Order: sequence, then structure tokens, then C-alpha cells
Amino acid sequence: MRFGVLRFPGTCDEVDAQLACERVGEATILWHGDTDLQGVDAIVVPGGFSYGDYLRVGAIARFAPIMESVIQFAREGGPVLGICNGFQVLCEAGLLPGALLPNRTLRFVCRQVDLVVEHADTVFTNACAEGERLSIPAKHTTGCWYAPPELAEQVEANGQVLLRYAPGENFNGSLGDVAGVRNEAGNVFGLMPHPEHAVDPLTGSTDGLKLFQSIANHVGAHVG
Amino acid sequence: MSAEALAPHRALGLTDAEYELIVEKLGREPNAVELSMFSLMWSEHCAYKHSKKLLGQLPTEGPYLLMGPGENAGAVDVGDGLAIAFKVESHNHPSAVEPFQGAATGVGGILRDVFAVGARPIAVLDSLRFGELDSARSRYLLEHAVGGIGHYGNSIGVPTIGGELYFEGPYEQNCLVNAMALGIAQHERLTRSAATGPGNALILFGALTGRDGIGGASVLASAELGEGDADKRPTVQIGDPFAEKKLMECSLELLDRELLVSLQDLGAAGLTSSSSEMASKGGLGLDIHVDRVPLREPGMEPFEIMVSESQERMLCVVEPARVDEVLAVCAKWETTATVIGEVTDSGRLRVLSGGDVVGDMPVEALVDDCPLYDLAPEKPSAPIYPAPRRTLDTDDPAAILPAMLGSWNLADRRPVFEQYDCLVQSRTVRRPDDADAAVLLLPPTADGAHPAIAVSIDGSGRRVACDPYRGTVEAVLECAANLACVGAEPLGLTNCLNFGNPEKPHIAWQLSESVRGMADACRALDVPVVGGNVSLYNEGPDGPIYPTPVVGMVGRLPDAARAGRLGFAIEGDAIAFAGPFTPSLPGSELAKLRGEALPDGLPEIDVAAVRKAQEAIRDAVRRGELRSAHDVAEGGLAAALAECCLGGGHGATLDFRGAGTEGERLLETLFGEGPGGFVLSGPRPVLAALAREIQLTFVGEVGPADDALTLTLDDGAQLSWPLADLRAARARGLADALDS
Repeated sequence: MRFGVLRFPGTCDEVDAQLACERVGEATILWHGDTDLQGVDAIVVPGGFSYGDYLRVGAIARFAPIMESVIQFAREGGPVLGICNGFQVLCEAGLLPGALLPNRTLRFVCRQVDLVVEHADTVFTNACAEGERLSIPAKHTTGCWYAPPELAEQVEANGQVLLRYAPGENFNGSLGDVAGVRNEAGNVFGLMPHPEHAVDPLTGSTDGLKLFQSIANHVGAHVG
Repeated sequence: MSAEALAPHRALGLTDAEYELIVEKLGREPNAVELSMFSLMWSEHCAYKHSKKLLGQLPTEGPYLLMGPGENAGAVDVGDGLAIAFKVESHNHPSAVEPFQGAATGVGGILRDVFAVGARPIAVLDSLRFGELDSARSRYLLEHAVGGIGHYGNSIGVPTIGGELYFEGPYEQNCLVNAMALGIAQHERLTRSAATGPGNALILFGALTGRDGIGGASVLASAELGEGDADKRPTVQIGDPFAEKKLMECSLELLDRELLVSLQDLGAAGLTSSSSEMASKGGLGLDIHVDRVPLREPGMEPFEIMVSESQERMLCVVEPARVDEVLAVCAKWETTATVIGEVTDSGRLRVLSGGDVVGDMPVEALVDDCPLYDLAPEKPSAPIYPAPRRTLDTDDPAAILPAMLGSWNLADRRPVFEQYDCLVQSRTVRRPDDADAAVLLLPPTADGAHPAIAVSIDGSGRRVACDPYRGTVEAVLECAANLACVGAEPLGLTNCLNFGNPEKPHIAWQLSESVRGMADACRALDVPVVGGNVSLYNEGPDGPIYPTPVVGMVGRLPDAARAGRLGFAIEGDAIAFAGPFTPSLPGSELAKLRGEALPDGLPEIDVAAVRKAQEAIRDAVRRGELRSAHDVAEGGLAAALAECCLGGGHGATLDFRGAGTEGERLLETLFGEGPGGFVLSGPRPVLAALAREIQLTFVGEVGPADDALTLTLDDGAQLSWPLADLRAARARGLADALDS
């Protein structure tokens, strides 16, 4: 299978995401100004500071030409993973519920955190076990997930929260300890922690690889 | 004010004699454009006029050296056709005036130095000094300087992987913000800055040119700070990491496509410095049309355009046939690029505006003819620095250790380094706090090995203030010791010399002795200096800073999987003290906390014995035999042991009988400092084998997880600290200051 990893001006983690994808499949970098997704099987919107985080995190990237194609791809059921800034972009694009607010401390924090897998029967977590703890680093200034009460209730009721910060690990103040949330259809998922930085025992844990493996499993089963 | 004081050259920081020399070199009086350009090129910051003669002592040759001093950054060979380019630079004066932007643009500037030589930046480290944190000003400077470093490094996607941070009274007015960057490149991609080929185009690309930072190099970096520094605020540059991210990717793509003849960043003294350096290195001339430079604001004078220190700009020389391709790559990265001039064979730097020549100077006069001054060093007859303020009122070691771990110089650095992304680019094998040096993965070799590089940055102003020669030797040894603890062999060193006003004899003495110490230590370790930076005039009405040579060292280790850690790892492992370590209290952290005056001189150092210990420990780490290795630094053995316990989450039980624990000796044994000491842990037979090579004493055993640090003294009495108490004490110091 082949992943497409988006690159906006100011994206920082696209090479890391590409390397992570390449551990389970192939990966191509897709340029923000293009509209051709080159037939990839899944999209990763990586972390970084697209357009310098100017205006509002993710707000400008959402209008890049490539995003029109990504939105279309998502509507057709294609798997889309947003990491950190990518999560913010997908929220701005209306593909994921809620919004990311500044951290409770108003500071950038880079920290290894423990996450709990809420559901394992999904496109993005099928290589994990329900209740499993994943050790993955998080690093951001604007990672406090928020949704108005009615929407938050709906997200919880639909089982859209796939990853939560383990007790004591929610440093950014996210509502309901939400670390990662999917769309209703289940093919778009965003999380603040960085699974692409947890794929090699030499540089930390390998727990993040399970998310990429899950996507590969899903695509393998459906596209074969 | 007298008419003389208003003489324009004096207002720009030139002496009368220097002005006369400029007139002689030009054969006429300089006009305003020329005078402002000379004043910058002949400033301390650009011409090193008080330090250049001394710096000649430093060794600049070594087996791994690829590019030495003189280029934007130096570079060493790390094997497999790869080079690591690196350099440290100061941004002290701007940071003292506006800490967030000062520190941010310090990071931006050193990153440009690294990608200007064709290397992709892979890491940033920083060395910071502030006054004591009970001052509101120091807390403000700390918070905003750290914020600025994080803002820039995080947004541009280069990890900040290490650094050091100390607080001492003499930095109250003049904080130090030194930033170091490393980049990686194939050997053949390393790019020099010499302009070649008359007729080639000169292209300026990146941000627009504005009035920010005008005269920064001469006004801020080359004079003492004093009253009314708020007036200098407009001379601090404003950073835009997003613009630099695009500039960096654009520059690296231009080099990958082999479209450039040469490349240079615009730093201090802007277009003036970058263009004249390029012309000088190529032995050629340049014509610059300032009316073609894209401006941020209308109506800028030619001299303002030539001296503007607007950030995020680069200058390159391009063959005429490749200009369109270069402009296309810049357009792809949404980076403004403009042909602003051409290379000539005139040997002159000509500034043109609207077809008129508004400046015309021999390049040699600008770059090479600034007079170099001999220092008049004289050892001061009385102490320069007041004794530190006493903050510790006990002689009880049981109380001293937690107090010391909670003091600002030893407290947990987590509240600071957590504000930096240390992971981006997926190379970080050892994060801050894991080990004495940061470790970064290199690409795997053809035969499947996973080599890595290690890097550390060190300096102790107080020790250098006690003894400029030996204090500097200690700083170099400490940096090498940190590399040894992760298993790395040092390949090269960069330095930043932060001192007061060198025109004063006692500062001249500190500077000369320090450089002599650095030269001797580098020779003794066979580590060449690949480049560096000098920051002088760091003093104000209250006196000079502690003399602070900061050294950054890069080393290589063959197997990343065996990179050392500092924390005790396995219960039952033996603990040993190793190395030629002779603890002494004068000049130590304990002496500082007790308010003791600085001693005149530090004990003699057996550098050869320290080197031997470092090499033996490095080799043991490389063999994968040691479970932990940590060098003894601030706070002596007791602090080092506490750090090993807290780092690994394991207690330790140690027998100090026979180590000298009677009376005052006890404090010296526990908290005395000096170079050459290590705390090691591992299987007993491994340490026993090491004891046949170097001085080594078995002292105890790693205890159960999260237990206590317990020492048995000569008289059988015990000192014991629960790790939870030590951890809590160490966690508070900086966190409290940052959140107050």
C-alpha cells in the first residue's frame, strides 16, 4: 500500500511521518499546491507549523489546493490520519469534530505521554488491544481538544474517542482527556501526540507504529 | 555636548585613529554610506580587533577536520562520506534588551550559518546565563529567552536537544544567550562563501529589508550596556521562523540542484558584511544596486539598506545562465528573490542607487585593514567580583544536599527543556536528562551499523573567574567527559568567548589566560577548534560578567544502541568512583551557597590523566559494559550520585569509610568539585577490569527502585535521603521561578 504525506510551507514532521509509513508500506510526499493525490491509499496530514501557525493553527492550510482533494478522498471513505498540526488542519477543514485550543499552561510542552486505547475495532487502532497503553511523545502549544457540550456528548456516544490520555497525563487540559478522535464514518482520525516519533527502539518506544500498521492492515483487507 | 562628541565616526563607535586610517585607505573622506559600512566592518563584532591575535593560538588542524574557522560554520568528518557542520554564536546584547526576539533571532542566525555551508540543520543547543532568580528582571529574561528559543527552533523543525543554564549575580545586567547549531551534509555538498566568476549575478533572497536592527553590530555588540538601554530597542531584530523555514528548504533545494556558485547568510551588519566577506574570500569585487533591494518600508536610505539587520535573508552568487532556475525555485518556496548586483574583477565594493555610485570602497580595506589591537593584560591586584550572597545557613550535609539540588544552578531543567521539541527529524537517541551528552542517530551504514554523533555544550563562568586558565581547561575537559559518558570520541570543538571590556587590563588578562587554557586543553585532547564567536563588552555599571568561555564539542560513537546513560539502571550493580578526581571546595557550588568569596586560583590539573580516564570510560561504554556513566560536576560527588539515582529511579547504598569523612573533610568529600571524576555502575567484574587501567574505587551498590540514597561514613554513622525527597527538592527550584 502507499501513503501520501502532505507538505505545506512550514510543515516540519513530514519526513518523520514518511519514514514511519515506510516501515509498513510505501510513502510519497504530496505538495500543498498540487491537487493530484497520485492514487495513494491513505493520507497522512503531518505535524509542524503550516503557514507559521499564523492567523490560527491550521486555518490557512485548510485552504491549500491539495486539501480540496483530501476532503473529496475523505468523503469517498479514504483513510486520513492527522497528527498534531494535521489534526488541527482536519478540524479546521470540518473533517473532524471539535477544535484545538491553547494548552492550559499556554506553553509549548514536549513530553512522552501514556495513552489508553478506547476502541480497537477501527481503521486506525486495529493493531492495538482495547485498554492497551501506548507510550508516545506529544509536543505542542495548541493541543487542548474542546467541543461544545452537545457535540462532545455525541462524540462520546458514537465511540469516536479512540485514544485518551492516561490518568495524570493530560497536560494540555483536553476535554474528557481526549488525545485522538475520529469522524462519524470512522475513516478520518486526528491525534495530538506523535506516533511517527515512536517507531524505532533506538529513538524511544515503538508503540506509535501500531497506528500506521493498523491503517496498512485496513487497506490490505479492503484493497488487497 | 561638545562638537567633538558629535563627530559622526565617534557616534558610530570608531576611534579618531581608525577614522584617519579609513581616510588614508580611501584617499578621501568617506561619505555617509561608506562611513556606516566601515563602522560595522571595523566593529569588534565583525573584525575581532581585540581578540584576533589571541585566537591564533587555538589549534585548527585535526584528522577529522573538513572545514575550519573562516567559513560560516566549521565541519568535521563523521564517516561514510558525511560531514557535521557546527558553530556556536552569541546573541547576548539583543537578548538583554528584548529577550524573546533576541534569543529567537540568535537561533535563526546560527541556523542560517549552518545551512549556508550546505548542511541541513539537525540540532540546536543553547548556553544561557542570567542573574539570580530572586530578581524579577532575571525571571523575565529567563522566561522570554527560553520562549524565544522554543518559538524559533520548534517552528522551524530543528530539535533543541541540549544546553546548559546557570544563574550568577554578575549576569544580572548582561545575560548570555549562546546558541549552537549542527547540520549534516555529504562531504561534496559543503559550500563555501567565496564569490567567484566576474559577471556572475548576485541574488538576495528571503525576507524583505526593513529598518530593524540598523547598527546592531556596532551599537549593541561592541559597547557596554548602560543607562537608557530602552533607546536601543529599535536595534533588536524581529524573527520570523516561518520565513526562515521556507528560506532553509529553498536554500537546500538550490544546493541540491547545484544551481549556486556560493552562498552566504546575512547576519550582523547585513548586506555590508555578507557581500564584503564574499568578495574578500573570492579576491574579487561586487556591484550592489540598493535600489533593486525589495524593501519592507518606503524611503529607506542607501546606508540603511546596506546595514539593515533584517532577519531571514541569504545572498548567493549564480552563473547568469542559471538565474531563471534559481528564481523559479525561490518562487516555489514563496521566497522573494532579486538580482541585486554582479561580481566584478575590480576588487571594490560599489554601492549604486538610481545609476549613481553612492559608495565605492576597496574590499580589502573593509575586510582586512581594520587595525588589530594588542591587549594590555594585567592580573588584577584585588578581587574583581563581590562574594556571592549567602543563601545556605547550615553545615549539616543531610540538609545541604536537598537544598543544593533545589538551588537554581542544580535544579531540574525539565521546566525549561520541555518547552523545546527535542524529537523532530527522528534522530534523537538520548534526550535531555537521559545522559551527559545528547546523542543523534546518523544514517545506517552499508554494513547495517547504526553510528551516532554526540554533542555537549559547557562552560562555568564562576570557575573561570577563579582561574581563567584552569577554569577554561576544566570547561573543555567537562565537555569531553560528557561525550565520554555516552561513548563518543571528540572530533571538533566550537567556542564562544563571552567576556567584559577587553580594553581594561584585568579583562584582557582573563581573555588571554582563558584562550591560552583553551588552546592547551584542545592540544592535550587532540581536538581542533573548527570556528567560533567572540562576545566582548559584556559589562555594565555594576561591573563585568564572569568570564565565560562556552565550548561545544561534537563526537562520534560507532553504535547508537550502546550510547551511555547517566541513571543507575539495575538493582545490585556495583557503583564505583573513577578518574583522577581531587575534590576541593573553593569556587564550588557549596562555597557559592555559603557566600564564600571566589578563590584566587584553582588546583592544578593532570590533563593527561583525565584524558586517559575519559578514554577508558568511553571504550567501556562502547563495549556496552557499563550500565551508567556520569561525570562529577556542580555539587560534587553527592550531587552526581543523587542525579544517578533520580535519573534511573533507583536508590543506592554507598560506603564512604576511608574516603575522608571526618569533620570539614566530609563536606569536601561530598560536595567538593574539580575535573576528572566519574560515577559508574555496572557488573562488578567489568568495573574491576577497568580498575586495572584507571584510578577506580568501589563504593557501593545500586539499591531498589525509588528507595533512598544512603552513605555510611567513617564513624559508622549514616546519611540517608529518600529519593522522593530529593526528587521533590530538585523539581521545585526552576519550576517555582518560572511560574512566579
